[in-house]
Amino acid sequence: MQLYLPIAEISVNAFLILGLGGIVGFLSGMFGVGGGFLITPLLFFIGVPPAVAVATGANQVVASSISGVLAQLRRKGVDFAMGGILLAGGIVGSAAGVWVFRWMTGLGQIDLFVQLSYVLFLGLIGAMMFQESLRSLLRARKSGAPIRRAHVHSWVHGLPFKMKFRASGLYISVIPPLLIGAAVGFLAAIMGVGGGFIMVPAMIYLLGMPTRVVIGTSLFQIIFVTAFTTVMHAVTSQTVDMLLALVLILGGVIGAQIGTRVGVRLKAEQLRILLSLLVLAVSIRIAIDLLVEPSELYSVAAGVLP
Amino acid sequence: MIRLALVLLSLALPAMAQEQIVAGMSQNRVSITADFDGSEILIYGAVKRDAPPPEGAGALEVIVTVEGPATPVTVRRKGRVAGIWVNNASVTVDSAPSFYAVATTGPLEHILSDTDNLRYGITIERVIRAVGITDEAERAGEFLLALLRVRTNEGRYRILSGKVELSEETLFRTDIVLPANLTEGEYKVRLFLLRDKHVVATQERVIGVRKEGLERFIFNMAHEQPLIYGLISLVLAALAGWGASVAFRLIRA
Repeated sequence: MQLYLPIAEISVNAFLILGLGGIVGFLSGMFGVGGGFLITPLLFFIGVPPAVAVATGANQVVASSISGVLAQLRRKGVDFAMGGILLAGGIVGSAAGVWVFRWMTGLGQIDLFVQLSYVLFLGLIGAMMFQESLRSLLRARKSGAPIRRAHVHSWVHGLPFKMKFRASGLYISVIPPLLIGAAVGFLAAIMGVGGGFIMVPAMIYLLGMPTRVVIGTSLFQIIFVTAFTTVMHAVTSQTVDMLLALVLILGGVIGAQIGTRVGVRLKAEQLRILLSLLVLAVSIRIAIDLLVEPSELYSVAAGVLP
Repeated sequence: MIRLALVLLSLALPAMAQEQIVAGMSQNRVSITADFDGSEILIYGAVKRDAPPPEGAGALEVIVTVEGPATPVTVRRKGRVAGIWVNNASVTVDSAPSFYAVATTGPLEHILSDTDNLRYGITIERVIRAVGITDEAERAGEFLLALLRVRTNEGRYRILSGKVELSEETLFRTDIVLPANLTEGEYKVRLFLLRDKHVVATQERVIGVRKEGLERFIFNMAHEQPLIYGLISLVLAALAGWGASVAFRLIRA
């Protein structure tokens, strides 16, 4: 069944979009990430204009994050104080990101900029996660290995403006969460992602938050950052395609349900290794596009350069 | 010399008026609805004559063009910078149609003279306006060729040679397929009658292409009420997310 997208102005197969949403939903249900880093490149691939893919991807992440947070809320897995601080930074970062996005669109370099961000951040995070999870998998095999300490004191703990975060059991400065929030908000606006794949490791390794509250808190603030991004894109460039988002969300909801059930059967280390391989694969795929000579050097865009 | 020209002109004028096009189309509006996946338009017509066809004149040929709304276009070229492929040159074309199809009774070079092509702007090269692009980049002509190539590959620019059926030098018909990736606007249909590579009669029609129903509603709202549109997108996403969470629980219970 063909579906004409009113904002992207292309006709796509509705079942293809439903399937894409489903696959991404499956993975996000399995790994507990928003899945924006997959959906946006996939939309590029089927011919959705990059600007529409990024803005609509953000809208889709809102839906999957809300679904995830509601599940985490029942497990008391959300630190609202920490979420609020991350959010404050996130909004600033997101506004800056939308501005840079517009500026890059005008220069004609937005595709490159988005692609470079993907290669850089996905590559970095994927490699770090792979190394870490491989190490913990090996450690789990060896019995009697030393257990990692929950809190390691570092320079992070010497900063001013300290605040108590009860749900996380932390007493740290608000500066690192503000900065992390801003960085993730910026990426969310440019890459059309929620930034969970950056936020989760940053919370565990940089802030030392307990894993129990990490996913819920990350999803909680992602809802607001991606919601803000969606509205900003809708207002500044009218690139949110409601119809595309709805079909993606529908597929995602069904996929997430299956993904969650599969995820429960796998071990945490196995899950993390699989996720890191997936992240690395996406990063390598995009890197190849940048490095190999394209078959068509020219591209055509309606409109004039500002 | 001038007298000779006047005589020729007086001979040519009645010949022009002698044959006229009477044209019709299967539809003069196309609605883009949610399930739109292209549309086929039948353009047909007849040649109306006051007198029998002029003797000694060449065979009658017909050209039909369909032209979508034109916009300025930016053509960019990638080049290798520091090992990666980057857009590093661009040219702005003043006006290029979003869709252009030319259907003919025979190969264009056999039925149309260059002067009449220039005068009436029949082939796509004559329709695209690109004044002063030579100042913008080296080898600007390559950008124009690339524009034609890219849009031809996308199915936006088409030459349908021999796709106009002409019977008894009187009745003609052609089918033009409008692709699924259609832009809104007025599509100009032009019909040309030719003899001896010269245009002897022309006719124009318009097809209105509009988004309808849900498509119209979403598009208008996105452009006229962007803030409300953004907020509604969020509410829909929130409802879907919440609905999913409730459904999960019900299924598990």
